[in-house]
Amino acid sequence: MFAGLAIASAISMVYHKNPLYSAISLVGVFISLSCIYVTLAAPFIAAVQILIYAGAIMVLVVFVIMLLNMDEDRPLNRLKYLYALGGGLGVLLLAQTFFIFYAVMRAPNVPADQALSAGKTMTIGQAMYTEYLLPVEIVGVLLLMAVIGSVILARRLSPPQLELVIDNELEIRHEEEAKDGLGIAL
Amino acid sequence: MEPSLASYLALSGILFTIGCVGVIFKRNAIGMFMCIELMLNAVNLTFVAFSRYYGDTTGQLFVFMVMAVAACEAAVGLGIIIAFFRNSMSVDVDDANLLKN
Repeated sequence: MFAGLAIASAISMVYHKNPLYSAISLVGVFISLSCIYVTLAAPFIAAVQILIYAGAIMVLVVFVIMLLNMDEDRPLNRLKYLYALGGGLGVLLLAQTFFIFYAVMRAPNVPADQALSAGKTMTIGQAMYTEYLLPVEIVGVLLLMAVIGSVILARRLSPPQLELVIDNELEIRHEEEAKDGLGIAL
Repeated sequence: MEPSLASYLALSGILFTIGCVGVIFKRNAIGMFMCIELMLNAVNLTFVAFSRYYGDTTGQLFVFMVMAVAACEAAVGLGIIIAFFRNSMSVDVDDANLLKN
């Protein structure tokens, strides 16, 4: 049931032209995936999924959509072969999916009972801070870099710098106009 | 009855396909961004399914790492989109041809 919900939300996400509707459909995908994680005995991942994806990332996306106040997606005017390429790639990936499906179906299923402690928050925490300490540290540094990078990317230029940029642009335009004028005069 | 591992893998593959086709068909930078998030989630589902069926915590740890990287990607990607919108007043990826000429 959750799988159907996830697929339907995903299709509606790709189908909608308005980015806000597709963002809301994406929240539907995230929540149904989180329910699937609960059925897979991974409550920690389910909680983190809701917190990070449905909470943080989607709030950020919706905020940017509101901030940019964009119009609806215009119809495609790209080259036609991109349609064919996209369709072909989709069919290929689906075929691969079903190939994997049948390959795994024929393989013997490992009994799932031994896995009951694998999803517990305590087990994950123990593994994270003993065996995988270095990757956790690296991810921490990566997050710091992302914070600094996004602040630098999204800030406005300070007024003196902005004036410099505008002056530069105006100078270039004047030069171009002068060149055009010369061309006409000649 | 517990669904088999194969059904989870099939669901993950279908979601990944939808995301991949969406990246190709969308022109909107934010739409493409959300499709990439969908693909990351499909891979996460695979990790959790294998982690469940093999009784190993490592898969769930990897999901955690993928989520951290996705959060970084969201922050930086949306920063780029905002900077691009400020310069060209559009989020259309076909307008991002500054380096072409």
